[in-house]
Amino acid sequence: MLKIASSQRKLLAKLTDASGVSGDEGAVREIVLKEIRPYADEITVDALGSVLAVRRGSGKKRLRVMVAAHMDEVGFMLTYDDGKGIFRFGVVGGVDPRQLVGKPVWVGEEKIPGVIGSNPIHLTTAAERKRSISLDALRIDVGPKNAARVKVGDRAVFATEYRRIGPSVRAKALDDRVGVCSLIELLKNTPPNIDLLAAFTVQEENGLRGARVAAFSFDPDLALVLDCTPAKDFPAPEGEENTRYNVRLDHGPAIYTADRATLSDPRLIRHFVATAEAENIPYQMRQPGGGGTDAGAIHKQRAGIPSLSISVPARYLHTAASIMRVADWQNTLNLAHAGLSALPADILKQERAH
Amino acid sequence: MKTLIEKLISTPGPSGYEAQIRTLIRSEIEPYADEITVDALGNLIVRKGSGGKRIMLAAHMDEIGIIATHIDENGFVRFSNLGGVRPLYLPGGRVRFLDGTLGVINTERVTDPKKVPAMEKMFLDVGATSRQDCPVQVGDIAVFERPFSDFGRRLVAKAMDDRVSVAVLIEVLRQIKKTPHELHFVFTVQEEVGVRGATTAAFGIAPDIGVAVDVTGTGDTPKGMKMEVSLGKGPTVKIKDAGVLSDPRVVDWMVTTAQAAKIPYQLEILEYGGTDTRAIQLSRAGVPAGCVSIPCRYIHSPSEMVDLDDVENAVKLLTALLSNPLSGALSNL
Repeated sequence: MLKIASSQRKLLAKLTDASGVSGDEGAVREIVLKEIRPYADEITVDALGSVLAVRRGSGKKRLRVMVAAHMDEVGFMLTYDDGKGIFRFGVVGGVDPRQLVGKPVWVGEEKIPGVIGSNPIHLTTAAERKRSISLDALRIDVGPKNAARVKVGDRAVFATEYRRIGPSVRAKALDDRVGVCSLIELLKNTPPNIDLLAAFTVQEENGLRGARVAAFSFDPDLALVLDCTPAKDFPAPEGEENTRYNVRLDHGPAIYTADRATLSDPRLIRHFVATAEAENIPYQMRQPGGGGTDAGAIHKQRAGIPSLSISVPARYLHTAASIMRVADWQNTLNLAHAGLSALPADILKQERAH
Repeated sequence: MKTLIEKLISTPGPSGYEAQIRTLIRSEIEPYADEITVDALGNLIVRKGSGGKRIMLAAHMDEIGIIATHIDENGFVRFSNLGGVRPLYLPGGRVRFLDGTLGVINTERVTDPKKVPAMEKMFLDVGATSRQDCPVQVGDIAVFERPFSDFGRRLVAKAMDDRVSVAVLIEVLRQIKKTPHELHFVFTVQEEVGVRGATTAAFGIAPDIGVAVDVTGTGDTPKGMKMEVSLGKGPTVKIKDAGVLSDPRVVDWMVTTAQAAKIPYQLEILEYGGTDTRAIQLSRAGVPAGCVSIPCRYIHSPSEMVDLDDVENAVKLLTALLSNPLSGALSNL
């Protein structure tokens, strides 16, 4: 069993505090490369910027297993200079514009502080307060002093620092830095029965782009995707049973059967469920439905790559601050590690069931 | 042919879970195949002939279905769709899970009878009384339960899309005595969720030409959509749908072959929808691709209707296409 201790938490803090909007993942990539260098047999940065690292096992008949986690996060891009440090901007990836008003941000590589400003209550009418503000009307304000240090094309992220709160972690970009952090741990502790093909992917949030070319390049036997999925696990109004929560905190890693982009390979579902049962690792089945992970791109590459996703559940994803439980992360890492360690070499020769 | 269609309809094969239908198809085609493989996603690939042009034929063996998302404390099952399921067709219907468990679909109390309830307002009753005694778990998958009906020349069932084309390809495989080509009959998976199986099968096969066989809509029902395709007037040669512009050389090959053999056909312009044709056409560096469709009414309902004449003529057209050397511009490939 791998342990989430203070060094793992410190690494997660470093990763979540780094800016890495889709297409601009350099800061995260640097952290990843530094961490994995002593452990990987081969490391390349591919044409799109994903980190592809290989660590070979020692057994005979080793499966070549791609494990992917995306480095990028949702955020903003400055699109027009209104002067005096005020910029128009667009969103990158799935961000609800209603979330943005009044949020502090960090702009560019230097993390220049700014704010997505809005009129205070003194200066708005009752009618205005009933309407949501459209993206067109919002600006990022970095102030006149720093105006020259940022430019159109720069990315911005929510300015939220990592914070441990009892059993929880509050941070931006847990989606998917927690997956990145877990994948780094797997590279440091690779089970000897497999060849681990680790893909720290770019541009997941704008269409699973990095994973697509990474999977083509690795051409693995099968793939596991480590991601982070939103929990909407609140009591329903009027005390009814909440039937649409996607996943729940404190229920362990979320195993995927179906989302909008992928139908998980039934043999891999079966194997990881059986592993969780055998090792007494709590787990939950993610509610089938929408969403998508890098598996959506990976499984369709070349002549087909059987794939499965496992996510850490977290609340408030794609907003300024998300919340997850350290225990859910610990259990996700353990399930990934135990499942890979116990992966039968002939798993793809087994019947798919049903 | 009717018996074969009925057998295929009665075997479940929801997207991603095609094991049962694959086993059945395999047993039907085994005596006629030169080689049979199952690829990483579960596509069943049957080769016949070798050395000539590689022609990939595709009919998808998956069907739409539903997938359980939540079991409540009283044993009711919430679900979401697997493929293009229309809420309109659901309430009052029945489903069968892959382990045989039956369920009936109904809805929360309807407050506005003019509106079709959303799928999230619906649930399945499998006869359970609590979460503990419910035989269904989150992630379990079911298909629609509806018997095959023989109306004479017209046949009605769920999953005509695309088992009728599976039946056509099986029959073509049986009837072809000799071919100058290297034929790869592919019974594809996961078409209904986005032509995923055909995508990977086409990469693996790397064909010179691709031909999909699928169902298409018709314009011959009361106040239906405007479409120049009717039931019973022959299989169609697809010109386009929302996902593909058929290669004109493939269209020409199909049309001239039908004319020469005096097989009735219709030209198809489908303003929505997509088929495996697109996945094949866009594979690798591009593949000339087209599609022969079986006209079908009430697609994605539990009662899809086809005409047996169209089915038999599709077999004749495909057999003629594949038994002879390529004609027209395709012969210069």
